Amino acid sequence: MIEGIPIVHFLVVSTIMFFVGVYGFLVRRNLITILMSIELMLNSVNINFVVFNKYLFPEQLQGHFFTLFIVAVAAAEAAVAIAIIINVYRRFNNINVEEVSNMKH
Amino acid sequence: MNILMFYLFASIIVIFSILTVTSRRILRSAVFLLFVLIATAAFYFMLRYTFLAAVQLALYAGGIVVLIIFSILLTSHISERFPQIPWKKAFFSALVAGIGAVLSIAAILQFDFNQQFTDTETAEVPVRDIGLSLMNYGEGGFVLPFEVISILLLAAMFGAIVIAKKKKD
Repeated sequence: MIEGIPIVHFLVVSTIMFFVGVYGFLVRRNLITILMSIELMLNSVNINFVVFNKYLFPEQLQGHFFTLFIVAVAAAEAAVAIAIIINVYRRFNNINVEEVSNMKH
Repeated sequence: MNILMFYLFASIIVIFSILTVTSRRILRSAVFLLFVLIATAAFYFMLRYTFLAAVQLALYAGGIVVLIIFSILLTSHISERFPQIPWKKAFFSALVAGIGAVLSIAAILQFDFNQQFTDTETAEVPVRDIGLSLMNYGEGGFVLPFEVISILLLAAMFGAIVIAKKKKD
């Protein structure tokens, strides 16, 4: 399915995706959109792992399993982050990072 | 044909990831993120890792995006639009990201990968092999990270419940 596509093209796509995520992380102010930028970055790293696995070491599965574990960690991270965001919303009534600047204790 | 499909999915990923970070309505940017994740799953299908593509669709596109949309509905007004980003901040953030992207792409383009992949049609990895190496503790086995991930998921579940629980007072 991937004959005729050089490895570099996949890597360029994932690099662009990663730095778009970096831009979003720097520019956004809402906590949920920052979380979405982090998901973009994690996803581009996953593409890199899988593509290196397929093109450079096709008889092994290390990159495949690494991606599987990264997806599981990302799911756990999203669950905890959203619990924290809901707690912050309950306390400050908004989730803008510039207005949430003090801790309770 | 497959080259055409690759460029289709690559352009979907690039366009919709840019829209995800620039859209001024939060629910729309969540939906654009969903498109990016589905196009990534299509990449995994093209690379013949179908199990991984199924995991990507079920966990990322199914689980995480639904979680994000739920929390958007709980914490913000749908009709609300984000204020315009000050141009100075947008310019310098784009500069940082652009410099990083240009440096990384230049480094990738000049590196000489010794590409081993030459088969025209490779078989996909059987799910039986994936399961056996997840449970294997010998050469090429992944039983330790598998167990660590299970403990991490348990801890994250308890943590999420404890953090989001309402205090009694």
